[in-house]
Amino acid sequence: MIELAGLTKRYGEKVAVDRLTFTVRPGIVTGFLGPNGAGKSTTMRMLLGLDHPTAGDVRIDGLHYDQLKDPMTYIGALLDAKAMHGGRSAFNHLLCLAQSNGIPRARVHEVLDTVGLTAVAGKKAKGFSLGMGQRLGIAGALLGDPQILMFDEPVNGLDPEGIHWIRNLMKGLAAQGRTVFVSSHLMSEMALTADHLVVIGQGRLLADTSMADFIRANSRSYVRLRSPQQERLRDVLHEAGITVVEAGNGTLEVDGVGADRLGELAAGAGLVLHELSPQQASLEEAFMQLTAESVEYHAHSDPASSPPGAGPGAPSGGVSGPAPGWGEQWNQQQARKNEGA
Amino acid sequence: MSTPHPQQAPAPVPPQGAPQQADPSGKWQGLPGAAYTSPIPIKRTHLGNALASEWTKIRSVRSTMWTLGIFLLLVIGTGLAIAANTEPRDYADVPYTLPAFFGLILGQICLITLGVLVVSSEYGTGMIRTTMTASPQRHRVLAAKFLIFFLVAYVVSFCAIGLVGLITSGMHEDGSVEAAPMGGTLLKGSLYVSLLGVLALAVGALLRHSAGAITAMLGLVLVPAILPAFLMISESMRPIGEKMLDYNAPNSLSKIFEIDGGTGGTSQLWLLIGVTAAAIVGAFIRLEARDV
Ligand SMILES: Nc1ncnc2c1ncn2[C@@H]1O[C@H](COP(=O)(O)OP(=O)(O)OP(=O)(O)O)[C@@H](O)[C@H]1O
Ligand SMILES: [Mg+2]
Repeated sequence: MIELAGLTKRYGEKVAVDRLTFTVRPGIVTGFLGPNGAGKSTTMRMLLGLDHPTAGDVRIDGLHYDQLKDPMTYIGALLDAKAMHGGRSAFNHLLCLAQSNGIPRARVHEVLDTVGLTAVAGKKAKGFSLGMGQRLGIAGALLGDPQILMFDEPVNGLDPEGIHWIRNLMKGLAAQGRTVFVSSHLMSEMALTADHLVVIGQGRLLADTSMADFIRANSRSYVRLRSPQQERLRDVLHEAGITVVEAGNGTLEVDGVGADRLGELAAGAGLVLHELSPQQASLEEAFMQLTAESVEYHAHSDPASSPPGAGPGAPSGGVSGPAPGWGEQWNQQQARKNEGA
Repeated sequence: MSTPHPQQAPAPVPPQGAPQQADPSGKWQGLPGAAYTSPIPIKRTHLGNALASEWTKIRSVRSTMWTLGIFLLLVIGTGLAIAANTEPRDYADVPYTLPAFFGLILGQICLITLGVLVVSSEYGTGMIRTTMTASPQRHRVLAAKFLIFFLVAYVVSFCAIGLVGLITSGMHEDGSVEAAPMGGTLLKGSLYVSLLGVLALAVGALLRHSAGAITAMLGLVLVPAILPAFLMISESMRPIGEKMLDYNAPNSLSKIFEIDGGTGGTSQLWLLIGVTAAAIVGAFIRLEARDV
C-alpha cells in the first residue's frame, strides 16, 4: 500500500505536484493518468525518494522509501527505459543492481528469461531498441520479485505485441496479490489494464475512482437513429415516453433505451429507418474532457479541425464526431451526481 | 478539493483469479494470501552489497579499460623507454622508480578522467536514478564508489610504478652508486595520483557533468603549474606564485620522486589529502540535500 498525503513539489515558481492525496492499494492495478507535464513522473520520483517533496508525505506501508531495508525485494520500479549505462551489457546492468540488494545471481538469468532478453544478455544496452530497453528496465523492476511494482509509461515505444505482453504482465502481477501502480497518457490503455484510476492535471488530483465506476459514469452509450420520416418517429418515441435528442444532420439520439426496442417501436408504426446504431462515447473523450482545463502543452492547430474526438485507439469503436456540447452534458451529469451524493 | 468524482467506497473488482484484497484498514499484510510475499529472502542491505555492485559497475564498462590501459601504457612505456636511456650512475641518490615519474605526469590525467566518469556517467545516462532506487542510502553508494575507485587506482598505480622500479633496478643496479630507497616513492607516488582521482570523483559528484568536472580538474592540476610564471613578474604576487610552484601537482610528484634532492613531498601530500577530504565532505552533503 502506497499512501500519499498532501504531497507537493515545487521547482522554483512551478508547482509540479500540488497537494496530492490518494492511496494505491494492493492486489489491483492502479492507473495513474494525466496529460504531459501533469506531474506523474515527479510523483513517482518522490515516492522512490529520488526527489525531496516540498511539502507533504508519501509512505510505503508506513515507511519512507529510504527506510526500506530491502528496497528491491519490496518495490520494483521502471522510471525511464533509458536510465541505464549504455556501455554495460544487459547482464551486467542487472547484476550490479542485484548485488546492491544481495539478490542471488541466478535471479538475473530468471528475469532475463521472463522478459525475453536471454539471447542478448551479453550485448550492450546502447544497441537496444526502445522496446528492448523497456524490457530491460522491467527486468530490473522484477529482479527482487517485489510485492509492489511501479511503471512509468511502460508501453511507451512498444509494438502491439509488446503492449499486449505488458498488459498481461501487469494483470498477472496484480493477480498474484501485488500492488501495481502504472502511469499512462492513454485512457484506452488503462481501461484494459487498470482496476482503479487516479487522474491528475497540473499536479492536482482530478479523479480517484474505480475503473468500473469511471466507465459507468463516462462511457455514455446511446442509440443513433435516422429516418426520412423524422417528425413521425419523434412523435412515436415521445408517446412511448422516450426522450429524444436532435443531434443535427437529421440524426436523433436516444439515451438509455436499447436499439432493439427502438427498432420494434419504429416497425410497429410502419416507419422506415435509415440508421439504427448503438453508439458509445469513448473513454478517451471523457479523459480529455476531465483534463481539458489542465492541459498545459497544447499543439497549436485549427480549433475547428480538432474537436476533443476519439483517438484512433478508442476502445469502444467510438463515435466519429461527438455531438456538440456533449462535454457540457457530461459535466452537468457529474454535477447532478455530486449533488445527489 | 476539486475532485469531481468523490472517492468510491466499494473496492473495484479484481481481475479473475485474484486473491481477496484491500481491507480498508490497510492492514493487508496480515491477511492470509492477501499480499504477495517475495520468495527471495529479505536481507538488510549493507556496505558490502554496495561494494560488490560498484565493483561490477567499474569493471563492466569500456571507459575503465581505456583510461587504465592508457595509464599503464604511459607509466610503464615511457618509464622503460627512459630507463633504457639512462646509465647506472644516473641513479646516485635517486630511487629506481624515477623513470615512472614522467609517465605519471601524463598518466594522472587518466585517473582523473576515470574518477570523474565513475560518478558523472551515471548522471549523464540516467543510471543514477536506477542506482539510487536500488540503494536509497545515497551515502552508502557514494562511499562504495570512493572506496572501489581508490582501491583500483591505488593498486594499478602501485603495480605500474613498482614494475618500472623493478625493471630499472634490474637493468642498472651494479653496485657502483647508492640509489635512494624505492618504498617511499611507491607508497606516496601511488597515493598522490590515486587521491587526485578521488578528488576528481568528488568534483564529478558535485558537478554531475563529465566534461565540466574533467575540465575543472585539469584546471586544478595545470593552472598552478603554469600561472606562477606570470605571477613571478609582479613583486606583490610573488609569494603566491612561489606557493603555487611549490604545491602544484607535477611539482608535488617530482618532490615525491626525489627529483633535485626533493623533500619527499610529504607536505604536498597532506595538502592534497586536506583538499580531497573537504571535497568528499562537500560531495556527501550535496548528495543528501539535492534531488537525484
Ligand atoms: N527537475 C525539474 N526541474 C524543473 N521542473 C521540472 C523538473 N522535473 C519536472 N519539472 C516540471 O514539472 C512538471 C511535471 O513534470 P512530470 O515529468 O512529472 O510530468 P509527467 O506527468 O510525467 O509528464 P509526461 O506525461 O510528459 O511524462 C513539468 O511541467 C515539468 O516541466
Ligand atoms: Mg513522465
